[in-house]
Amino acid sequence: MREALALKDHHSESQIYVERAATGAGLVIVLFALLIFRVGYLQTVQYSDAVARSEKNRVQVVARPPVRGLILDRQGILLAENRPSRNLVVIPEQILDADDTLSDLAAVLEMSEEDTARFRRLSGRTTRRFESAPVLFDLSDEQVARFEVNRYRFPGLSVQAKLVRNYPQGALMAHAVGSVRRINDQDALLLDTSAYAATDHIGKLGVERFYEDALLGQVGYDRVEVNARGRMMRVLDGVKPVNGQNLTLYLDAGLQAAADRALAGRRGAVVAIDPKTGGILALLSRPSYDPNLFVQGISHQNYNALRASIDAPLFNRAIQGQYQPGSTLKPFIGLIALGNSTITVSDSIEDPGWYQLPGTERLYRDWNWTKTNDGGHGRVNLEKAIYRSCNVYFYDLAVRLGIDRLSNDLKQFGFGQASVLDLPDAHEGLLPSRVWKRASRNLPWYPGDTVNLGIGHGDILVTPLQMAAAAAALANRGRWVTPRMAQNQPFDQVERFAPSGAGQLPDRVWAPIIGAMEKVVHRGNQIYGENGTAWSYIGRDIDYRMAGKSGTAQVVEIEQGEVYEASSIEERQRKHAWFIAFAPIEDPLIALAVLLENGGGGSEYAAPVAREIIDYYLMTALGKTAPDRAMVSLQ
Amino acid sequence: MSGDFVRRLPRGQSGFRNHRGEFTWFNLDPWLLLILLSIVSFGLVVLHSASDGNWVVVEAQLVRLGLGFGLMVLIAQIPPYFLLRTAPFLYGLGLILLLLIYPFGTEVNGSRRWLRVPGVLNFQPSELMKLFLPMVLAWYFHERHLPPGFRPVVVSCLLLLLPAGLIIVQPDLGTGLMIATSGFLVLILAGLPWRYMLRGGALLLILAPALWFLIKDYQRGRILTMFDPERDPLGAGWNIIQSKIAIGSGGFSGKGLFNGTQSHLDFLPESSTDFIIAVLAEELGFLGVVSLLVLYGLFILRGLMMSLNAQDTFGRLLCGSITFTFSVYVFVNIGMVSGILPVVGVPLPLVSYGGTALLTLFAGFGLMMSIHSHRRITLL
Repeated sequence: MREALALKDHHSESQIYVERAATGAGLVIVLFALLIFRVGYLQTVQYSDAVARSEKNRVQVVARPPVRGLILDRQGILLAENRPSRNLVVIPEQILDADDTLSDLAAVLEMSEEDTARFRRLSGRTTRRFESAPVLFDLSDEQVARFEVNRYRFPGLSVQAKLVRNYPQGALMAHAVGSVRRINDQDALLLDTSAYAATDHIGKLGVERFYEDALLGQVGYDRVEVNARGRMMRVLDGVKPVNGQNLTLYLDAGLQAAADRALAGRRGAVVAIDPKTGGILALLSRPSYDPNLFVQGISHQNYNALRASIDAPLFNRAIQGQYQPGSTLKPFIGLIALGNSTITVSDSIEDPGWYQLPGTERLYRDWNWTKTNDGGHGRVNLEKAIYRSCNVYFYDLAVRLGIDRLSNDLKQFGFGQASVLDLPDAHEGLLPSRVWKRASRNLPWYPGDTVNLGIGHGDILVTPLQMAAAAAALANRGRWVTPRMAQNQPFDQVERFAPSGAGQLPDRVWAPIIGAMEKVVHRGNQIYGENGTAWSYIGRDIDYRMAGKSGTAQVVEIEQGEVYEASSIEERQRKHAWFIAFAPIEDPLIALAVLLENGGGGSEYAAPVAREIIDYYLMTALGKTAPDRAMVSLQ
Repeated sequence: MSGDFVRRLPRGQSGFRNHRGEFTWFNLDPWLLLILLSIVSFGLVVLHSASDGNWVVVEAQLVRLGLGFGLMVLIAQIPPYFLLRTAPFLYGLGLILLLLIYPFGTEVNGSRRWLRVPGVLNFQPSELMKLFLPMVLAWYFHERHLPPGFRPVVVSCLLLLLPAGLIIVQPDLGTGLMIATSGFLVLILAGLPWRYMLRGGALLLILAPALWFLIKDYQRGRILTMFDPERDPLGAGWNIIQSKIAIGSGGFSGKGLFNGTQSHLDFLPESSTDFIIAVLAEELGFLGVVSLLVLYGLFILRGLMMSLNAQDTFGRLLCGSITFTFSVYVFVNIGMVSGILPVVGVPLPLVSYGGTALLTLFAGFGLMMSIHSHRRITLL
């Protein structure tokens, strides 16, 4: 019995095994079913999601930058071009150790604190998208060589060539053309990021800014197959970038240089306009700066130096400098007065050298007033009031016109508004009125304000560009042309706006005023006090007929937060010298405004600058040596 | 032992012959061989694609397969009773080798798994244990009454835990667990009472929180990653995210052989080893995966038939446990790649590129064939 119990029961053991094996087989079926179910779930329910993600893995869209449009002057001289620049770029995902890389890199290339900070910021983010970002800009040949030799030590870093903006004319054109700047974080928030996907720069000033869309072009892209390490395997397809449009300006580089020579290092601005088109032939503001400094990001040191300079080189005097026009306003007041028949050409007054409002004590002096209260211009009509720049005549005339008519009618010459097509940074100046004074100072308009306005003083402010535009309107006998920089306008949508009332003066007003302005330059060899104000400075040997008007503006304040500096205060309290002119009178080819900051008397200092520029333009730029022939052939 | 009447029969020579009721060739089972060759061929095609058309990889795998076949044929010639007798000695040898690792083992990536006999061979003793443990347990239960009582269960658990523990502390948790599983399968097949299993299971549940703190950080990470791969998409979650994308994007019929972008552009890691099923799923789709699973199913079916035909406990248990262990490998690998199990280093049997594991598999098949082909005609 014991024996029997000890016997192995093979049948029952085999039964147990069959049972267990069957259970196991059942379990295997369940598990395999689970696998099939799982894989099937991934391949049906999650199919489209997985396909999308695998495509996203595989395909990288690489933006291809369009080449920024060139900016040329009227002769085809390059004002803004693109030059190749080599940047050190980082692919953060491939950086093994940011600290090691940084210290190794610092040993090979010079890195400033800013560069180091930039590298740290960039290498901190990893997305596994393998997009590169620039760390160092504009490497020199030597730097590139040093880096390439040590390349093996720097996985994730490489040198990438890109086109960047270059301004071959440097400081000369800085204020005329504007410049591009590296897109910063604030810009990035406002921009259409897809349009700038491959572009690092954006037009920040002047023409570069206004024509940004056209200059930029359209970004292209390649759809590239990449592997998991970000290496490009092949290009699948893509869209080619459309390069930016080239922009030809009215600007004449030679004329600009001539204007620069004529300024001879003095602070000031010149704006010259082709009266036929409104095209801006020269737009100069001195002192200036090298716009190339800003392209790749200016160092703090350089920037602070530019900002802190008392000469304010960053300040665009030509379109943003707002000055009292002084006597250059007189022809325009004369036009208004003739136009509404407040006066006739033959009306005259007696100028004792001073003017007094009825019932008041205050004397408004003429410029040739003397302490003995004699001086004065004697009998003065409109013509003489202009060529001798008689203040008293215009004091009287302004009072007779009244502030309302003045502030309304002066608008037609573009004062008090930025009537320019494509210089977005232009300032409006200020054309005062009763409403303005009440609103801004909560004061009534005093009769004395009108007196001052008569000679372009007081509250009125104009920019050199506005004066040039007004001179062009004069040259055109009232036909308004909106000042503009670009010739081939990609921007038809910008309506050509004219100031209200422009071109509505009757024809009879022009000849007397232009004649008087001609006399400013050409009336000479007379007895004392009868010559044109500018004649002795520019009119003696002039070969063509020029109409001009000088102005001398009081300095009321120091602009643009300049530091009050004792050593230069003397010079900086001197008057601003103005001269507006156009020539030739019969068929004007150029109208301009010259401003010399603290330059002194307009006729003595600004007029010769104007003449030198016009001389150049009529004789050299237009390709004629003899001015007479130039005029004949141009007619 | 004297009570075993089968034992009293004269062994294997005169009057009895090997079972020749069906075609055999060098003691190989033709059905198992046929299915094996199908899986291997299928695997080679997938491997060729997974290795980016690199013939060197395919050739290396072919050489290993050849070695494996040789080993299988060799082992199939060994009579089962010899296996039965040597099992305890082999197990002892395996244990000694596992212990030798501590003084002499080579450290790779922070764990000692390899024994190196310079210039001769270089192997993981744990691979040997994959077969020696089921063998010794089958031997142990072969001598005992089944279902086992309490004492045999405890002894067999000790036999199981000793090598598994040694391997786990190498550390090689994956292999240790797989070996423990293969041993445990023998216990279950031997008739381990369900109540023991229930109690063991309950105990494990209670211990689970403690285990959670016992395992290493990266192992915890793998488990967390399984539940939410997106918590570290570029690090721990990368593999599983990419393999799920690869599988999912294959769809019903796949992107076509050699056209898988996930694998060919290296988004899929370990694409020719542990994650090769994702390549298959991406390129051949649902159809490809189901085809492979059907082949595996047939293989398992044939293995079970062979175990049912085995004539003694040793043969049954060994054959059955090898077959079920094979199924577990398949399940764990595909489960891990498809994101329902944590990532453990388990290759897909017969398909993944890899050395010693492949040889072990073939050695196991050799054991099965030996048992199957050395049956004697029963007297009944």
